[in-house]
Amino acid sequence: MTKLTRRQTLALAGSAVATLATPALAQTSPIKIGFGMALTGGLAGGGKAALLAYQIWAEEVNARGGLLGRKVELVNYDDQSNPATVPAIYTKLLDIDKVDLVVSGYATVPTAAAMPVVMQKGKVFLSLFALAANDQFRYDRYFQMQPNGPEAKFEFSRGYFNLAQNLNPKPKTVALVGADAEFGVLALEGARENAKKAGIKIVYDRSYPPNTMDFGSIVRAIKATKPDLLFIGSYPPDSAGMIRAIHEVGLDATMVGGGMIGLQFAALKQQLGPLLNNVVCYDLYTPEPTMNFPGVVEFLKKYQERAEKAGVDPLGLYIPPFAYAEMQILEAAVNGVKSLDDKKLADYIRANSFSTVVGDIKFGDRGEWAKPRILLIQYRGIVGNDVEQFKQAGKQVIIDPPQFKSGDLVVPFESVKR
Amino acid sequence: MTFSLDLFSNAIVSGILLGGFYCAIAVGITIVFGMLDIVNIAHPAFIMTGGFIAYFANTQFGIDPLAACAIAMIPAYYLGRLLYRFYNVAFEKRGEESLQGLAFFFGLLFIIEVALLLIFGVDYRFVEAPYIGPTIEIGFISIPWRLLIPLIVGLGLVLVIIAFLSRTFIGKAILAVSQDPLALRLVGGSPVKVKEVAFGLSIATAILAGALLIIIQPIEPSFGRDFIGRVFCITVLGGMTSLPGTIVASMILGVSESLTSTFLGPSWSPAIAFGLLLITLAVRPVGIFGR
Repeated sequence: MTKLTRRQTLALAGSAVATLATPALAQTSPIKIGFGMALTGGLAGGGKAALLAYQIWAEEVNARGGLLGRKVELVNYDDQSNPATVPAIYTKLLDIDKVDLVVSGYATVPTAAAMPVVMQKGKVFLSLFALAANDQFRYDRYFQMQPNGPEAKFEFSRGYFNLAQNLNPKPKTVALVGADAEFGVLALEGARENAKKAGIKIVYDRSYPPNTMDFGSIVRAIKATKPDLLFIGSYPPDSAGMIRAIHEVGLDATMVGGGMIGLQFAALKQQLGPLLNNVVCYDLYTPEPTMNFPGVVEFLKKYQERAEKAGVDPLGLYIPPFAYAEMQILEAAVNGVKSLDDKKLADYIRANSFSTVVGDIKFGDRGEWAKPRILLIQYRGIVGNDVEQFKQAGKQVIIDPPQFKSGDLVVPFESVKR
Repeated sequence: MTFSLDLFSNAIVSGILLGGFYCAIAVGITIVFGMLDIVNIAHPAFIMTGGFIAYFANTQFGIDPLAACAIAMIPAYYLGRLLYRFYNVAFEKRGEESLQGLAFFFGLLFIIEVALLLIFGVDYRFVEAPYIGPTIEIGFISIPWRLLIPLIVGLGLVLVIIAFLSRTFIGKAILAVSQDPLALRLVGGSPVKVKEVAFGLSIATAILAGALLIIIQPIEPSFGRDFIGRVFCITVLGGMTSLPGTIVASMILGVSESLTSTFLGPSWSPAIAFGLLLITLAVRPVGIFGR
């Protein structure tokens, strides 16, 4: 029998320990989910709120024992709302941090900027509020978490014109105005088509530069055309400016609103208060009885408790439930295929329907929701500027689509000046 | 768009109201960039700081945003002086103020933005005051108080600074520095001390301008960058060193934006406004009131 030297014995013992320990370590090492997120810059309002929703999900899933028996760890970097930073962030996440899964940051531009890197690595990619970001790439492992449906640009005005054309008397004219930026341009393109289909004549069709401060001149020019309807495609500061100017100038119409980003956020709801009454606007979730999906109330309660400390939207009705639902889908897919294999995950997500806090979701063409679900809501009975009232049902009444409807459209819109 | 007296008059009035606000945001740049040759591109970040001071005082203590920023102008003035002293030692004295100085202010812009973001969060913030909401009606002309107040305060601010520069010893010294710092040094004056006061003054005006901004519309920390182009345009159009020029240029920009927005469409506003700047510079390269 060969006698082992002390050095050989130590080497053998070491390798035995390593062999035994490796699978155990691999099993207990966390599943890393990586993403860039706008934590500074213009998109930070949405980005930080989405991050809080992801964190709530991660805490909950870890409390349940993790995914595939492993803890979940979120690895994220601030993309500064700057798409130029995004490719480097995703390269680092995948090559240096060796994350297991990636999801997108908040909004279209950062998502589109991440796509080439993500596609090159063949990763499954869930995105958050990325408007038509996969239309050019046509990546088959991409899934989008905003209920726009495959024809997004028509959806932001579809409900608006559907309801308008069924009014009695039927409105004859519409004024279209929007920001000369991505969303505004897209929303107005869709509105033009929908107005045409509804047989409503466009009497004003203009866009304004994104840093516009004086909306009085724009609203006066619109008022001079005496439109029956006013459709607006705006971003948060301009949404506030437009609503104020409409009341200051005294513009009355059958319907006012449409595609206004910002009115979904607590800050603008609170600031504008009663000025919002009878304004119609697209939305994605409001606390109406028709939207009481399993788990949404519990999620919002958790989010709202932590929102102030995190310095994010105190209501969290717009982006956070969808961010949380995104992670619910990822969780369901991982549990469904019992693997982190990107192809298997993508196939599973494409083939199945998911029950989430924002309802049942099935993905379709280009990874968009198979069936669009943009809501048209109308503000009603807003009194004063207390933000708490927006947590109640009946303040943001869903008037379209019919399956989620919680009230009828009230017309006309009358400015305060009147 | 069909021409009507109603639309035309309201467009002129809206332009003047907007011009008043532009005056307030551009006066600080006229002082530092026009008079002192310091390219302080962090100026809009100080405007945002003023906006958030107004927000904090208004929401936490119920103080009027203008009153809060009027008080905050005093520490802001001294902070501005300190900042200039640092800039002078770090860059001007070494003759590195052009590129490195620019990089310094660029960095400062981001630092202030991130600091505001960490303190106040990323949400849109706004203030409440009795003059936000009501509108004055004079015939067919409507004047919102939330735009009238910035006009009054903006014009008042510039007129006070004009009086300060023309009637006080230190004010005249600032004008002297803007014309010929070497000559000031030859008669025993210290251009550095004088510039320090002027820089402090410009930061103080930015704080007040921030209060005016948050009265007009909600703000978030990165909002200030939108104004960089406009404020430098006004200063150049007005003639760099001229404060009356700043008033005139602000009004030209405001009225041209408003008229264009009403009759041609709002998307043409920046093109017309900056086109006017180009034409003015082609005809009169020193600006309207430049010497």
